[in-house]
Amino acid sequence: MPEFDVVVVGAGPAGSMTAKYAAKNGARVLMIEKRQEIGSPVRCGEGISRSWLDSVGITLDSKSVARQVKGAKIVSPNGSSFYLSEKIAGNEVGIVIDRVFFDKLLARDAVKAGSDLVLKTSAVKLLKNGNKVTGVRVKSFGETKDIKAGCVVGADGFESQVGRWAGINTVLTPRDITSCFQYRLTNINHEADYCEFVLGSAAPGGYIWIFPKNEDTANVGIGMQLSKLREPGDVKKYLDKFIQKDARLRKGKPLELVSGAVSICAPIDKTVGDGILLVGDAACQIDPITGGGISNSCKAGKVAGEVLGRAAKDKDFSEKALQKYEKGWRDLMENHLYRNWMAKEKLVTLKDETFDKIISTLNEVGVEKMSTYAILKAIEQKHPDLVKEFAEFL
Amino acid sequence: MPKDLDELQADVTRCMHCGACVGSCPVNAIYLNEVILEFNDDCTLCKRCIKVCPVGAIKLIGGR
Repeated sequence: MPEFDVVVVGAGPAGSMTAKYAAKNGARVLMIEKRQEIGSPVRCGEGISRSWLDSVGITLDSKSVARQVKGAKIVSPNGSSFYLSEKIAGNEVGIVIDRVFFDKLLARDAVKAGSDLVLKTSAVKLLKNGNKVTGVRVKSFGETKDIKAGCVVGADGFESQVGRWAGINTVLTPRDITSCFQYRLTNINHEADYCEFVLGSAAPGGYIWIFPKNEDTANVGIGMQLSKLREPGDVKKYLDKFIQKDARLRKGKPLELVSGAVSICAPIDKTVGDGILLVGDAACQIDPITGGGISNSCKAGKVAGEVLGRAAKDKDFSEKALQKYEKGWRDLMENHLYRNWMAKEKLVTLKDETFDKIISTLNEVGVEKMSTYAILKAIEQKHPDLVKEFAEFL
Repeated sequence: MPKDLDELQADVTRCMHCGACVGSCPVNAIYLNEVILEFNDDCTLCKRCIKVCPVGAIKLIGGR
């Protein structure tokens, strides 16, 4: 019998939630993390909403919360703004967290539930019997070891090595990848009670965000669609240009540099196989409009853990048994992800003038909910021509 | 690094070890061993890694 029912690769939110709920449901779980510290280095804008936390059993501690905000501020290319209260803003707005503490909180929950945890331990290869995954080869503090497991969970983020080694297709097209760069900028005069989103050609195919960490410090970042990039290092250059032009930010100095990439794709076809399961960014469970992935990672992680707990009791980690996870996470978010991917495909084609028109219309007519449908309905009243392109959403 | 990939290089003084190139590589030819980028010989020199790198750390040397 293998030493572990489940080995989780990666101790981010998706991994820790999977480990927690698998252990809670009776599985023998080991979580491995290649870095020397959980939550660091940060690869995140750190904006979340609070609506979903209870449903997945997360109670934030004071250190995990950097700032509570009142809502979102959407800025059009001509500089006009539209304010949304937290209630109608929806995802990725409400709290700016501190991932260095948040990720540790979730890992601690996993350990409390009974999961084992080791750091400085990288997965280097999957052990297989035919197509069935039977464990993982790791390098732990320079030592190579083979760990047998009923199921290996790929919670290894955008890099998604585990899924690729298992033969699960996670290859993305340039249209479906966003390249990101962020400063934690201090000595600035941002609006500290709102998460700001800047649309248009300042960030082609993406947006610039200013998420307040406190009164004089914010995460100022940019995401750009890979297919819109031309020169090496464009992403950082676009952000630097934006900061230099903005009088509130120009005198800012960086406390931290963050880079990374996120998938902005339609839901992938398959996230399980015999003895293998993918969760979080590794499973591309990211909102293609906002690029936010924490809530979906946690929700999918909970489903994964519960299914793995059951699988451990039944001693059955076959693809068939893991289909319960495949169905479970899709029931929770697949339609939403697909709709937002369709909307993203349109949004990346819009010109600055169009964004200007949309923001001015929203200011005139207002919107009750930050859903694609509600926004389009609002715009339709003034500019039916603008909405024509989005007819399939109405 | 395999010798035929001598021309693809990550500038270690720029690289943020973020894995943007790893996840974007269509043939999984890049491995990030915590902080060291390794290119293997599956690389087709498609240059997607050069484009996706947020800080411009990956370069083709030898003018290709």
